[in-house]
Amino acid sequence: MTSAIELAHVSKVYRKYSGRQFATLKSALLKRSLLRDLRPNEVFLALKDVSFSVAKGSTVGVIGANGSGKSTALKLVAGITKPTSGTVRVDGRISALIELGAGFHPEISGRENVFINGIMLGLSKREIQERFDEIVDFAELREFIDAPVKTYSSGMYMRLGFAVAINVDPDVLLVDEVLAVGDEGFTHKCLDKFGEFRRRGKTILLVTHSLNLIERFCDEAVWIDAGEKQAEGDPKRVIGAYLTSVEATEEQLLAAETARAVQEASEQAAAGSVAEAAEAPADPTGNMFQATEGRWGSREAEILRVAFLDKDQQPSFVFHTGDAMSIRLTVRAVHPLDDFVFGIGLFNADGVCCYGTNTYIEEMNPQRLAGDADVTFAIDSLDLVEGTYKLDVAIHKRDGYPYDYHRLLYTFRVKSRTQDVGIYRPSHRWTFAGDVTFGGRQK
Amino acid sequence: MLSNLGSLLRYRGLIQSLVARELKARYRGSVLGFVWSFINPLLLLSIYSFVFSTILRQDDERTKPYAVFIFCGLLPWTWFLASLTEATSSLIAGGNLIKKVLFPAEVLPIVSVLANMVHFLLGLLILAGFMIGFRHFPNPAALPWFPIVVLVQLVFTLGLALALSALTVHFRDIRDLLTNLLTLWFFATPIIYPYFLPAVSRYLWLFRLNPFYHLAVSYQEILFFDRFGHARSLMLLGALSVAVFLAGYWLFDRLRDSFAEAV
Repeated sequence: MTSAIELAHVSKVYRKYSGRQFATLKSALLKRSLLRDLRPNEVFLALKDVSFSVAKGSTVGVIGANGSGKSTALKLVAGITKPTSGTVRVDGRISALIELGAGFHPEISGRENVFINGIMLGLSKREIQERFDEIVDFAELREFIDAPVKTYSSGMYMRLGFAVAINVDPDVLLVDEVLAVGDEGFTHKCLDKFGEFRRRGKTILLVTHSLNLIERFCDEAVWIDAGEKQAEGDPKRVIGAYLTSVEATEEQLLAAETARAVQEASEQAAAGSVAEAAEAPADPTGNMFQATEGRWGSREAEILRVAFLDKDQQPSFVFHTGDAMSIRLTVRAVHPLDDFVFGIGLFNADGVCCYGTNTYIEEMNPQRLAGDADVTFAIDSLDLVEGTYKLDVAIHKRDGYPYDYHRLLYTFRVKSRTQDVGIYRPSHRWTFAGDVTFGGRQK
Repeated sequence: MLSNLGSLLRYRGLIQSLVARELKARYRGSVLGFVWSFINPLLLLSIYSFVFSTILRQDDERTKPYAVFIFCGLLPWTWFLASLTEATSSLIAGGNLIKKVLFPAEVLPIVSVLANMVHFLLGLLILAGFMIGFRHFPNPAALPWFPIVVLVQLVFTLGLALALSALTVHFRDIRDLLTNLLTLWFFATPIIYPYFLPAVSRYLWLFRLNPFYHLAVSYQEILFFDRFGHARSLMLLGALSVAVFLAGYWLFDRLRDSFAEAV
């Protein structure tokens, strides 16, 4: 199969002229620093030696985090910018849906803008005349087509831009995250149009954050991260690899956030007097909407560390629904205690308590806590819906007198394949009796 | 560069519709609309005629009627001034097109120059009206030179517009610099005063270095004075203009790839 788009060892360097920010022509001339200022003092590699090709008639999705170089790659393919090194080859007429309605003039009517925009995109006047009705119908703007474009809502503006660009009848269509423009109905129409393009053997290169779309639409996916191609091939596999990497990044973020929260709370607690610190601010399970992170207690027993452990006992911050999870507290008693309770509480992002318990509620009778100890709260199956959760951990007396109370200092994330909702996900299955059938996976 | 220059011809449809859009959009929303194309030069002219025929009274018989005389130089100058001012910021104003669409950037400054040329041509109608009103008619024998002067000015302005627009992307200061420079240039050109003033003759060599001097003198001789004796200088300026245009286009072409990033 021949390729419609081919990138071979493409690098793109953006130059930063930080010295130029305030250096004007005048000062450049006066200081005779014109030549020096014209030289970049910092470079930013937007793409590093990226190669991939898109076969004629296939649909390829490009994924990656913000700022990874996806849009730069698309602009290179569109010919808007030139690669610093390497070659970009495109076979056939291109239409780039990068910025819709980029050439619209606000003061003149939609009708005139359709013509001018069409000419900019490479159509002749006659071709536009022939397609005019189709364009207007597609944009659903028949009654407003003679009004100046400045009176259009942003949705109408985008729709008209999309309608013109899609009617250029390109061989290669470049799409950059433009499907988010219209309402539900219009998005469907756009997807149908893409489907029609595919059936007619056109090539589509799609940049999007909607992994769902890539999985449904694309024959292949390319994952770019920090300017480098990370993976290419079967969409499912590439998306899997991408998600794994996103999780790793998230882990780091959550770890940093937790470390910061613990640090701050400890500093605050240290700053207050001991008597004040021993005072619990409010009923812990009371109004969680007003709860803020914090730490207090007499510190006769102290929680030194809190770790979330996965099924292999490895510290982690990201878990999947149904995974095993353990919460391990490393504690130390300054002097031997005979009155102590370990407690934990799980809160979701809305501050709703999903679950809370302690050793006293569970009728464990404290006898002795001395020196260093580990306390592990093991959950066999983490039946929570997707979201970010925060944790309360505490050691206190049976009457509530706090030794060490950590309020909402620890954060972890639960991911789920299923987009179910609520605060609790009971383990469940569906069964049907009678004439009920389901097909394969929903499209 | 030559192949790029050749593709300019392919863009003529685009240039045409953008010029039309420019003209349509300019006065959209104003009550008088397109009439402003006539009123603007008229107002400017009345100010100058009032100042120079009433306050700073010019008594040279040769420049009478003064309103017609000043109009002959003022119209082309207004075209020149507006073209350069608009072209200079055209790439920055059209940044969206350059960054997001595959778009031949040189079209933008060219459209600025051509749209203002249309205003200039419309202004000629007012000039004709004045000539009829003051019963002061140009010599028909000199009139065939008129389109040639316009052509020379067009090529000259296009060259400057291309160079300035490309440079302004990198040095925004040019916009401010240009405004002041053009004011100086205006007074250094015999537009509101005739070129045969003794003070002008004394520094004639200096005046002759000013390209617009030759344009202004040509316009005035063709449209106002009966005799056109400036043909040789005009042809020289024509050759220079072609060189300016090629140099301007070369510079523009060299900087082209940097636009999408620097705009």
